[in-house]
Formats: sequence, structure tokens, C-alpha cells
Amino acid sequence: MAAGVAAWLPFARAAAIGWMPVANCPMPLAPADKSKRQDELIVLNVSGRRFQTWRTTLERYPDTLLGSTEKEFFFNEDTKEYFFDRDPEVFRCVLNFYRTGKLHYPRYECISAYDEELAFYGILPEIIGDCCYEEYKDRKRENAERLMDDNDSENNQESMPSLSFRQTMWRAFENPHTSTLALVFYYVTGFFIAVSVITNVVETVPCGTVPGSKELPCGERYSVAFFCLDTACVMIFTVEYLLRLFAAPSRYRFIRSVMSIIDVVAIMPYYIGLVMTNNEDVSGAFVTLRVFRVFRIFKFSRHSQGLRILGYTLKSCASELGFLLFSLTMAIIIFATVMFYAEKGSSASKFTSIPASFWYTIVTMTTLGYGDMVPKTIAGKIFGSICSLSGVLVIALPVPVIVSNFSRIYHQNQRADKRRAQKKARLARIRVAKTGSSNAYLHSKRNGLLTEALELMGTPEEEHMGKTTSLIESQHHHLLHCLEKTTNHEFIDEQMFEQNCMESSMQNYPSTRSPSLSSHPGLTTTCCSRRSKKTTHLPNSNLPATRLRSMQELSTIHIQGSEQPSLTTRPLPTTSNESQGIQGKQKSNATNDSRSSLNLKADDGLRPNCKTSQITTAIISIPTPPALTPEGESRPAPTSPGPNTNIPSIASNVVKVSAL
Amino acid sequence: MRAEGEAEGLQTLGIVVALCSSLKLLHYLGLIDLSDDKIEDELEMTMVCHRPEGLEQLEAQTNFTKRELQVLYRGFKNECPSGVVNEETFKQIYAQFFPHGDASMYAHYLFHAFDTTQTGSVKFEDFVTALSILLRGTVHEKLRWTFNLYDINKDGYINKEEMMDIVKAIYDMMGKYTYPVLKEDTPRQHVDVFFQKMDKNKDGIVTLDEFLESCQEDDNIMRSLQLFQNVM
Repeated sequence: MAAGVAAWLPFARAAAIGWMPVANCPMPLAPADKSKRQDELIVLNVSGRRFQTWRTTLERYPDTLLGSTEKEFFFNEDTKEYFFDRDPEVFRCVLNFYRTGKLHYPRYECISAYDEELAFYGILPEIIGDCCYEEYKDRKRENAERLMDDNDSENNQESMPSLSFRQTMWRAFENPHTSTLALVFYYVTGFFIAVSVITNVVETVPCGTVPGSKELPCGERYSVAFFCLDTACVMIFTVEYLLRLFAAPSRYRFIRSVMSIIDVVAIMPYYIGLVMTNNEDVSGAFVTLRVFRVFRIFKFSRHSQGLRILGYTLKSCASELGFLLFSLTMAIIIFATVMFYAEKGSSASKFTSIPASFWYTIVTMTTLGYGDMVPKTIAGKIFGSICSLSGVLVIALPVPVIVSNFSRIYHQNQRADKRRAQKKARLARIRVAKTGSSNAYLHSKRNGLLTEALELMGTPEEEHMGKTTSLIESQHHHLLHCLEKTTNHEFIDEQMFEQNCMESSMQNYPSTRSPSLSSHPGLTTTCCSRRSKKTTHLPNSNLPATRLRSMQELSTIHIQGSEQPSLTTRPLPTTSNESQGIQGKQKSNATNDSRSSLNLKADDGLRPNCKTSQITTAIISIPTPPALTPEGESRPAPTSPGPNTNIPSIASNVVKVSAL
Repeated sequence: MRAEGEAEGLQTLGIVVALCSSLKLLHYLGLIDLSDDKIEDELEMTMVCHRPEGLEQLEAQTNFTKRELQVLYRGFKNECPSGVVNEETFKQIYAQFFPHGDASMYAHYLFHAFDTTQTGSVKFEDFVTALSILLRGTVHEKLRWTFNLYDINKDGYINKEEMMDIVKAIYDMMGKYTYPVLKEDTPRQHVDVFFQKMDKNKDGIVTLDEFLESCQEDDNIMRSLQLFQNVM
């Protein structure tokens, strides 16, 4: 529950009056407001700057320094104010957190100073509001990286803890600055990539004539030399690829990565060329394969950070590029069609078909204007000029947009990823807080029962066993308790719920319901009776044995009742329903006599407590004479006529008794 | 030559006309937009700021002391700086107290019970008036306020459907994880019990008098109404 809303708690509690006529059970008592102090102003002197606030504002967060009694350590008797020798700027943010419930992070603050102040005041940084959380996390990450870099540069000279040979190799491949050998390897591969690319290029340059035949490209003239160069490069690349494959931590993932595919594609043509003979049929295909050798140039991206960034931004801009392409295609098709039909009439027109006009349209729209296709008709010229004008617009406009999109999308993508990652963490935090608050209620109920039972047992030193909850918390829990009473259902947590579901589904099978049982109007009676049965049990008493054992003072004997057999064993005409029901249960449970008598006694003892509307009715059995029971039982049944089945379909199937 | 030129000119004209008409057609079909629209920004002055009446007047109208009104107003203004609560804010605030389940329906009915003038927003005066009744009012006033809460359509009678809605809303606040497990017809049973108790002449609706009478007969209810006496 947000503390800022604590001011509305009186309203929520007042609104609970709306449940009262609907409820059938008496409500629990409200927690007493022990400290009826008037709200007073507190003066906080932080390094000379005085802040004033209400005491209740600070008490909203009792687990921080200012909200707890820890601030008494800083109380200055002479000036009657609390003095803190800390930064007043950051204190402003801290105090605003108490006032508004939101913690903000000022951008001008140094992140480590801010963290220190938060730690001093006992505030977790996780509760920084969404508006400032990103900024905070960014700065924190930068700071952490800076620290890590400092550490790394210090540790560089030291020997790393023994990594395996494989891991050292992988590190050497990924980061060439780790060792001289890696650096040498890096430069060597770079050199050979460059050599290979230049070779491919020079291969095709015409190299002077051999007398008696036409001009030859250098590749064919010095074929042996080029072949040796190619072999050398491919050797190096193959060795490099195999080494990377060996050193990769996850071979499967490495094989699937883009860089390794580029590596394979770059060296494949050579091997295929080796395998294939100089057969004329396949040499055509072989020639096309050699095109792939140009992919070796992409191997440079391992060496160049900029290429990688470019590739990444292109990838992230893919939608913009796609849109540009789409709009271009649309325009091309439209204009090509129009030009074709416009030029259809003219003789010897180059615009033989619409696809043939595509070329003209593209050349015109990109303002190239080769002039190999020219419209001759008037209509063609008109549309041709419209085409070139619109081409300028269609091409020129998106390009700056894309360029600015590069930087925007690049940063935005990074921020979106960050936010998505943080969102999961944030939702997890919110969920934890929510379950925390609901668990707090269940926990306090348990503790409340425990402490009050112990009070009854008269052991004063155990009274403060539970955590002291603030007044606001106890009032909130009281409110939730009233809701439970109104609806005759209890809050439990998920595991209990699932267990109960499984239990009830398992038990529903073997028994049949007798049709005479109407689960209908027994709620007024059963409320109290069920409650009395249940008051002996602690809410989470389906607990596994380990947790039960932790409650040393009370050992609860858990008697599992089965719902339906107890109902069917009940055709005995009764005026006093509850005890019969209990007895029926006991019979069906076949518990031993001592237990059953304990049951009976305990339940009888609880009868008078039904009236006093206390939740923790005696876990101690108050021995009451059996004569009391009919009287006690007829009491809660004034207004419901008709055959009462004390246990409606929602009755508990578990009777728990605590043995002293 | 002349004939060819003429044919060409006619062809040109024909193509131009065809193109323009196709563009117009697309515009009419709404696929493209050829008119120039001026998109007007509507500045909605939604910042309604409301200031309550003076402290003395409120003190006279309600059963609170000045100090209590001050505390209440501070809390109110903290959550709603504009001075009015709308239904969304109301639901959010109320939902924070019931993290287990869904408090929105009950908050909706509550809001309409608070918003006596049905304006859609609760001002501080409405808030404080209702709280004064609930916390400091007589039993009669409290019961009447509760009757007003249950009477969703404000026609002076509570029928089964209205009660069903209210009870369902209350059960919704419990959430899913309850012990014992919430069954489908639990709210209906609860409503039936309620009607049996409240509806004296068994005509299917509960009037204010029946309601007052039945509640005053029930000790539990009387006691519970006094529960929140010293909430402030």
C-alpha cells in the first residue's frame, strides 16, 4: 500500500460500513489508537538548512531512518531539532519521497553520492519513480563500467585465474588486445583479407597483350601466381576458421552466427574449384561461384567497429528502408505503365513492354537520365517530366529522414531494449510488493493469533514475539479482516489455495451428496459455527510439518475431515446442528476418543466467544459443562428457519485443534 | 503526319482525363486525401480546480473539528491536487487498499454514493459530508447512507439485482485465493440470506423502512456500525 494513500485509510475504513448490513458475522474489534498524539511539526536541520514537516509524514515509512526511532540518535536537546550532517540538496529529494511517495533522482547529482545518501537514510534505490528510474540506471551502469574498466586495466598485467586453453584462445580471438599473440594474429588475418580482396580485383585487370592473342586479364596471364596467392589466403582463412570453431564456447551457436557463415562462404569457392575439374559445363557455374570470394571483404567487420555499427543500424532501419523501397516500387509501376501506354502509339518506340519501361522510370526518377530510352510522343514527354519531378521528391525526401532515423532509431532501440528489460524487473518488483502487502496481512494474522494466544496463556515475555506493526498497518489489516468477515471467506496465498483445491477435488469423488441437504440458508448459523471450528486453526495451517514445528508454543493437531461423508452421516434429526456435525465428522474420521473429546470441549469453549466477536477465541479449551451446548447452539440460529444443514457446500473440511 | 499528330493529341488528352478522374475517384473512395485538412488542436481545458468552502462553514456543516478537517483536507489534496476526485482516481485509490482482488466495482458504487449530486466528480465537501455521516453520524443516518449505497439506481427500493451487484462487488474484492474456495453461487446465497432477513413483506424489494427496521433488530449490525467511531 502506498504510503501517500495512507491518508485515505480513514475513508476506506468508513466505507466499510457499507458491508455491515450484508455481513452475517460480527466484525472484529478495531485496533486501538494507542498514541493519540496530536500531529506535530518536526524540525530537521540538515547542515544548517532547516526542513519542517509533520511527524506523521515521516512515520509513513517506518523502516527508514527518519520514520523509525533511529532518528532519535540525531536529536539535539538544546535546539529541540534533529540535526543531520549531510548534503541538504539530496535531503530535499529524500524528504519529498516522504511527502509524495515518489523518489526522484536529480540529474545533476553524482550517482555515487546519491547512492550513499540513500543508504544513509535507509531507502532502497529500487523505489525510484518511473520518471527517473531510467536515468538512474543508466548512470549507475556507466559508473559500474567505469569501475570495471579501472579494475581491468589494473588487472591486465596480472595473470588471470587459470582459464582453460580453449577459453584463452576464445578470449584472444574476441579481444585482440589481451595478448601480443592475439594482436599478431589479428593483424595477420587482416593483412591476408586485404591481400585476398586486392587479388580478386587485380585478377580482372587487363594486363597487356600476349602477342598473337587478344588482351588477357592478369588472372589468366599469371594464373600460377594468383593461384598461389589464393591458396595461401584460403589456407590462412581455413586455419582461422577451424581454430575459432575449436575455441568457441558453444560450437552450435558459433556455426549459426553470421560471421562464421561469411567465413564459410568466402572459402568455399576455392575448395569447390579444387574439386571440380576443368570441365566446360561446370566451369560456368564455377565462375559465378568465384563471385562469392568478394564476401571476404565482410570479414573486415571483425576488425572494424564502424562496419558493425553500420550493419546494425541498417538492420534496425530496415522498416524505413522497406517503406522507401515500397513507395519507390509503387511509383515505378505507375509511371512505367503510363509511359508504356503513352508511347504505344509512336513508331519504333523503345518502350516495348511495361517491364521495359521500368528501366526508363528508374533512370528518370533517380535523375540519372542515361538517355538510352527517350519518350517521343507529347503525352510521353509530359508524363516523363512529371516522372522526373516526382522522382526527386520520392527519392530525396526519405533519405534525410532515414539518416536522422539512423541516429534516432539507434538510440531509441537501445533505450527500448533497456526499458523492456527494466519493465520485466519493474513488474516483478511491483508483483513482489503486492504479494508483500498481501503476505504482510496473512503474516500479521498469523502473528496476531499467535501473540494473542500467548497473551491468553499469560506469558508476558512472549508478548512481543511478533513484529511490531505500525498503527496504519494494523488498521489496514483490520479493514481486510472486516472484509473477510463480511464474506465469510479468508485470504490465503496461492499454495494453500492450490492445496485446498486438490484436496477438495480428491475428496469429492468417493462420496455422494444426499439430496436433502440444501446448502442454502444455513449461513447465519454456520458462520459462527464454522468460525468457531476454524478459530482454533491458524490460517495457514495446511502448512507442512516443518513450519508447524517452528511454532513451538502451540502444536496444532491437524485433523483432516472429509466433507461429504460427514454430511451423509448426518441424517440424525438434530436441533443442535453444530455438535452433531462435529460428532459426525469425528465418527467418520475415526479419531481416537481423547481427540474427539478435545474437539468437543474446544468447540464448546469457543461457543461463548462467538458472541464477543474476537477472532482469537480460546485456543485453550475452557471446560464447559455439556448442558451448555444445546443452549449455546440454539443461540446462533434465531433467524434461519427450515432444516439447517450446518455445513453448506463451502464448509471447511478441516478441523484443527491445538493441544496445549 | 497531321493525322498522326492529331491522334497523338487526342490520345494525350484522353490519358490526362483518365488519370485525373481516377485520382478523383480514389479521393472520393477515401483511399487518398486530396483536400487540405486543417487539423485543429482542441485545447481542452480539463484542468478543473476546485477550492472548498471555508473551514468554518465545513465545521458547521459536519461533525468534525477544525483540526480533523485540516488533516482530512491535507490527505485529500495530496492525492487529488486539483481538488476533485474523478471516478478513475477514486478507483485507483481504493484499489490500493485491496491488493488481493478487484475493488473497482465496489469503488464504482461507492463513488456514486459519495457523488450525491451525480456530477461525476467528488469534491471535498461531498467527501467530508459523507465521512461525517459515516464516522460521526447517528445510527439512522448511517443506515440511510448504506441504503443509498445499495440502491444503485436511486429509486428508493433495493431489489435483488442491485443487491446481487453489490454483493458480487464485495466478493470480487476478495480475489481468487480464498479459504474456503469461492463458489459461483456464494454471492447469490448471501443475497438470499440478506433478503430473507430484510424483506419483511416478502415482496421482493426492500424499502428504506424495512431496511431500517431489520437492521435495528440485528445486534450484530448495530454493533458493527459503532466499530469505526474513533477512526479519526
